[in-house]
Amino acid sequence: MGAYITRRLIQLVLMLFALIVLLFIIFRLLPGNPASMVLGPAMTPESIAAQKRLFGLDKPLTLQFMLYCKNLLTGHLGLSFQYRTEVMAVLAPKLLNTIVLMGAAFFLTLVVGVIGGAYVAWGKRVRSGDLAISVVLFFRSSPIFFTGMVLLTIFAYNLGIFPVGRIHTPGFRAANLFQFYFSWDFLKHLILPAVTMMLYYLGNPFLVTRSSMLEIKGEEFIDIAKAKGISYWQLLFKHGLRNSLLPVVTMLSIMLAYTLGGQVVLETVFSWPGMGRELVFAVKNHDYPLVQGAFFLIGCFVITGNFLIDLLYAYLDPRVVYK
Amino acid sequence: MAGINSKTKLLFKLLKTSLSFGIEQIALIWSDRLGRIGLIILTIMIFVGIFAPVIAPSGPHEIYRYPDGTLKRMEPPSWAHPFGTTIFGKDVLSQTIWGTRVTLKIGAIAGIICVFIGTNIGLISGYYGGLIDDILMRITDVAYALPFLPTAIVLVAILGTNQWVVILVIAALLWRTSARTIRSNVLSLRNRPFVEAARNAGASDLRIMYKEIIPNLLPLIFLFTAFSVCWATIAEVSLSFLGFGDPSVVSWGRIIFLAFAGQVMRIAWWWFVPPGFAITLFVTSCFYIGHAYEKVANPRLETY
Repeated sequence: MGAYITRRLIQLVLMLFALIVLLFIIFRLLPGNPASMVLGPAMTPESIAAQKRLFGLDKPLTLQFMLYCKNLLTGHLGLSFQYRTEVMAVLAPKLLNTIVLMGAAFFLTLVVGVIGGAYVAWGKRVRSGDLAISVVLFFRSSPIFFTGMVLLTIFAYNLGIFPVGRIHTPGFRAANLFQFYFSWDFLKHLILPAVTMMLYYLGNPFLVTRSSMLEIKGEEFIDIAKAKGISYWQLLFKHGLRNSLLPVVTMLSIMLAYTLGGQVVLETVFSWPGMGRELVFAVKNHDYPLVQGAFFLIGCFVITGNFLIDLLYAYLDPRVVYK
Repeated sequence: MAGINSKTKLLFKLLKTSLSFGIEQIALIWSDRLGRIGLIILTIMIFVGIFAPVIAPSGPHEIYRYPDGTLKRMEPPSWAHPFGTTIFGKDVLSQTIWGTRVTLKIGAIAGIICVFIGTNIGLISGYYGGLIDDILMRITDVAYALPFLPTAIVLVAILGTNQWVVILVIAALLWRTSARTIRSNVLSLRNRPFVEAARNAGASDLRIMYKEIIPNLLPLIFLFTAFSVCWATIAEVSLSFLGFGDPSVVSWGRIIFLAFAGQVMRIAWWWFVPPGFAITLFVTSCFYIGHAYEKVANPRLETY
């Protein structure tokens, strides 16, 4: 196990380095000289040079790269062109908002998908299985923003049950971080986006659980458990579901990258002040330190997330360690 | 004379094989219940796209006015405008019909390019193994670590918001899934007796790869083509929705982008529901067709 973790750790570091290099290459190609975003056309060449010096753009590329690596390792993601503050200070609260929304949606997706998939596979009627697949695929085919807009139109604009977006009612003041995320007001704002995301990503856990459950259904230990005379639900959860969870864990890492990408659209529809929405704004405003920082954080999140999921998998199925 | 005759014969033979191959594929899709539904929806949509100039009541950019010259802003659905009008006085039905062309075209081309790249990378990687495999698979790993939409947004912003850029960016980011699956299937095929036999008979690597291995993977490749078209379409409409679509053409994603940006969801639901529903129908139909191939290929996919 120790050797396996070391090997995966080395891979993790290599992947992070690849991400850093890729980012550096991509962002030196962006159109529009970054300085031209900060400066008005009326400025003198001297002040332009001064601004370039302020942002470190006058140095040769290799030196810029070294400085950039050093800054990343010390947590300095640079100065935002729009906000004129540290990128990290802009992004940290946004990252937290994104993680909270994603966590809630991820949890909801897994619970509903796994239980639904298991239930459908366990049932005797084939027809209901086809119907369930059709419903799941329908939502998988409907883009997140469309589902979100329809839900908003129905439940927020017409029925008025839920707010029309944002993370809190305007004027809401939280005394502390706990109150910020654990309040009735926050929960009301969380439900629609979380459900929207759940509907879109439900297909993955649903279909995977269903197919692995169908396989397990024919195994001998299920017959033996049945012969022992245990109840239906006990059979479903204790013997069936527990043994069909491995493929679901495999799927998690792919889902993690996809859902983080989907956040961009979700946050835009629901005006959720998270990383995805900030990223879109930053790209539109050519604020490239901010784009780069957001991208870096998202990439790190995916890479470390995959690492943790791999460890979880190795723990659940020790055979992978010896490959 | 004889030369022309043999050429026509060859051409005829080629036509015959490709026709019978096409019929075979359609029969395969038709035999699955969901596949049949998908095929019907897809056929209708392709027809709507091709005959858009005939079907659509007006051009994509035509503006409607009242007799007194004011714009017909956000008219609810009526006989004159079955899906209502937009805030700019344009007919939503016509725009949705014209949008069929753009979205289907981008989705199909991007999906096919992405499977083409993925198949070749998977094939080369799995067949040669060793260092080539290592390098290609590490590139695939990096491609997996990149969050799709954020990367696509940044790349489109760099390279310009134009249809072909969007297609290439989507294809360049989405090939990863098909590459991995094709590779693992090539790994299990490359040591089979029929490949050994071809090798002993003196067949070249290229011949073995494309004449012996690929035909065995065709159902899987078609499956991935269907799914890739789904993913590419979702990606394209999402990019358009975020404002990174080609501003010069009417696409389903762009119609919804304008409706959302206009902040009139409360009133004009008819503006975004038709194109949104069209997207859903198109992607569903491709998923259903993929479902028919999944029964044949059955690689235990986990990639909806």
